[in-house]
Formats: sequence, C-alpha cells, structure tokens
Amino acid sequence: MTHEPMRTPLYDAHVKLGARMVDFSGWMMPIQYDGIIAEHHRTRTDVTMFDTCHMGRFRVAGPGSGEAINRLVTAELSTLKDGQCRYGFLLREDGGILDDLIVYRFDAEHWMIVVNAGTLPKDREWIRSRLPAGVMFEDASSRMAKLDVQGPKAFAKTAEVLGVDAASLGYFRFRTFDYGGEAIVSRTGYTGEKGVELYVDATRIVELWDRFLAAGVKPAGLGARDTLRLEAGLPLYGHELSEDITPVEAGLERYLTKASAYIGSDVVRQRREQGPAKRLTGFRIEGRQAARAGQTVLVNNRPVGIVTSGSFAPTLQVAIGFAMVEMALAAPGTPVQVDTGRNCLDAVLVNPPFYKAG
Amino acid sequence: MVQKNVWYTKDHEWVSVEGDTATVGISDHAQAALGDITFVDLPKPGKVVKAHDSLAVIESVKAASDVYAPVGGTVCAANDTLGAAPETINQAPLGEGWLCKLKPFDAAGLAALMTAEQYEAFLAES
Repeated sequence: MTHEPMRTPLYDAHVKLGARMVDFSGWMMPIQYDGIIAEHHRTRTDVTMFDTCHMGRFRVAGPGSGEAINRLVTAELSTLKDGQCRYGFLLREDGGILDDLIVYRFDAEHWMIVVNAGTLPKDREWIRSRLPAGVMFEDASSRMAKLDVQGPKAFAKTAEVLGVDAASLGYFRFRTFDYGGEAIVSRTGYTGEKGVELYVDATRIVELWDRFLAAGVKPAGLGARDTLRLEAGLPLYGHELSEDITPVEAGLERYLTKASAYIGSDVVRQRREQGPAKRLTGFRIEGRQAARAGQTVLVNNRPVGIVTSGSFAPTLQVAIGFAMVEMALAAPGTPVQVDTGRNCLDAVLVNPPFYKAG
Repeated sequence: MVQKNVWYTKDHEWVSVEGDTATVGISDHAQAALGDITFVDLPKPGKVVKAHDSLAVIESVKAASDVYAPVGGTVCAANDTLGAAPETINQAPLGEGWLCKLKPFDAAGLAALMTAEQYEAFLAES
C-alpha cells in the first residue's frame, strides 16, 4: 500500500506562486519559489516566511503534566517560566536520539511540544504511551498551523500584520494572542536570524499567509531553510541527529544540564564520563564545490569520519558542512579531506556556527 | 528562448559552431531545472572527449549534474569567469554562460543532434 504525500493547508498557495514542490518526509513541500539563493539572502537581509505546518504540535495538560514531560526529555523544564520554551531531545533508554524538539510552558499544567515532521508519528506514540493517567495528550498538528517569519524585518512585519509585539519578547519566550481562536507567537526559529514562529488555528492560516504576502513578505522554501540552518550551525534530524547517537556524540552537551533523571539519562551520564568515540564537528572548504552527506572524511588518506550535511553556503560564498569524526581528530583547526567520489576536497574542521547575524 | 544556428542534445546541452571551433553550454531549460548554480567543474584545455563523455560537472545548491559532450573533440578553452560567478550560467546560459570550446571537433557528429526547432518541439512534448 503506498501513501500519497500529505498536503499542508498552504499547498494551493505554494502551487499558485509557482513553487517547485517535493516530497519531504511524506509531505508535498515547496523547495523553492524564485530561487534558493535569492530566498536565503532575502531572509538574512529582509524577511521571508516558511510554511512549517508539516511539523508536529502536541498539547499536554493536567496535573503532573510538566513533571511527566520532564521525565521524557533532556531539557530542564522545572525552571521554565510561563511563556518560556526550551530546546532539548527525546531519547530512547539507550540514549539514542528519537528527535530534537522544543517544549513550551503556558503554565504549570499546560504545555506544547513541537517536533519534526518525519518523526511525528514515532514521537506521538512514544510520548503518549509514557504519560500517566490524568495527563491529557492531544496531537494538535492538524488543528493548529505553523508559519515561521524570519529576518531583520520579521518583528516589524509581524507587528504590521498582526498588531503583535514580538520585538519585546526575549529569545525562547512566547505569548498568546487571539486570531480567530488561540494563537501563539514565539521568538524562536531555524535560520540564525531574528524572527518568530507563529501558531494559528489551521482554518486561519491561508488568510494569514495572504496578509503577509500583501504586506510584502515573500515566501522561502525548504532549500533556503536548509542553507540557512546549516550556516547557523543548527543540526537537522536524520542527518546530524539520529537514533544511532546520543546528544554527547552530537556535541550538544550544553543542552544536557538537567540533574534529575529522564529516559536515557544514565547512558548520557556514562557517555560524558567515558567520552564519546566520535564527535560531530563543522567543516569549511576553501572553495565552492560542496561535500555531501555520506561522503568520507580523511586525514592523511585514512578514513576518519563521514559527512552528515554539506552544501554551498550562500552568505559565506564557500562550501560548509557537518561531519561525524573520530573523537581524537575532531578538534577545530584540523585539516582534513573529503572524498567526493570525483575528487578530494581540502577542508578544515571548525566549531559551528559558521555565521552569526550582525 | 531557443537560438538558431545551434544544435541541441536530448540532455539539454547546446553546441554552436564558428569555423573550426565548437562552443558548448547548457540550455535555458537545463539551467532552470538545475536551479541556482553554485560551482562548475570545467575540463582542462587539451582534454579529448568523445560524444557523450562527461565534459563538465555543474553543481546547484542541492545536486551535481554531468554535462555531456554533444560531439567529440579536444577542449581548447574553458570559461574561467565561471569560477567566481557560476550564476552566469543561470543568467545567460546561451551567451556568457558558455562552458567550454572544442577545437578540433567532429562536425559529422552534429548530424545526430536536434536543431533549435526540433529541441523546442522535444521540450514541448516532454
């Protein structure tokens, strides 16, 4: 039995704008509109919007809901304030990463968990089946829509279109507002620029999209989303993160500060004490030819790692990427080569981010 | 936008001839399909190719694509301006975005290629 790819409520809008559509994790999504590089630059210098409806949004509520989620994720939720959110990971008992996610606290008994599209069904079953009786779980992914508005003008355009002040929100803070029902604006994003993620009722998303278009905000697709997040040094599940590694191998120990136990915390602690055998690192090629995921990283002709993501970086004008490399050789500054199959590219290991917004 | 005095391949390369020199590039259809071009791996002068050999590799943000020699010949020049500005291929695929020149080249090989009108028809039916 084959499944047709799913469509977000904005599918017709993308087609109407002439977007090139691809199947991404079972969803027909826009890869580009007027060009990946133009959309990338526009996000860094102006403002763009991204249809992110395909991502998952779970609502968890009731007495003990916060404590219940806190036992499932690496993020320390006990110190979150109302209107604050935090990035973390959902781990298996063996420490393998099921997903990266953001947990939002509305109040002590109302939470939202935002997850990736490709892992939505897996995450849903994992979380729902591990919540105690009395804690309510709702997969709100169809009921609520999500739109990312990113770039230096994102706050201004959000204020213009919605009358909502995002500029005064701190980073990883959010507030609710009314937009034909409950709506959320959070100061979060996946581009390395200032911006917001907007959550509105799915019945209002087409209208919201049209209002941003009318205000002069152009859309950007998944192609630019990938080049932007790569430059910003942000991992992508399925590339930098997977069930085969813990966040320690991913070099993301700064997100593992929680002292209390969660699923996978024993393995995480052991791995940190012993040190991982391999580590995720960035690399930079002094040239435009890209390394791609799956290619081998070499030091003195010896294979020492594998590329997890690679692309030409439009803002930096060179090729960059991430690679999982033997721990002993993963230090920034190490010169390496990447075997593209056609040739070997000279590169140097660097700590991400590759780019920081001015 | 398909020029005259040019021959086309089914793989969307074009070749134009002036005297004993053939110039090779990719069509407007090809550059649009590739998207933003970020890097071009051009052949070195002196390289000898047969028709259908890989002549160059064009990278776009998401992928790498081979460019095949429309006819056999010897590379006599490559478009060095593309090193710093590969997007020229997107902007002017039939003009300044030329990839390389062949001299000598196998003129008999042109007979197997499509004229501009035939290429337009070929695009229309695919």
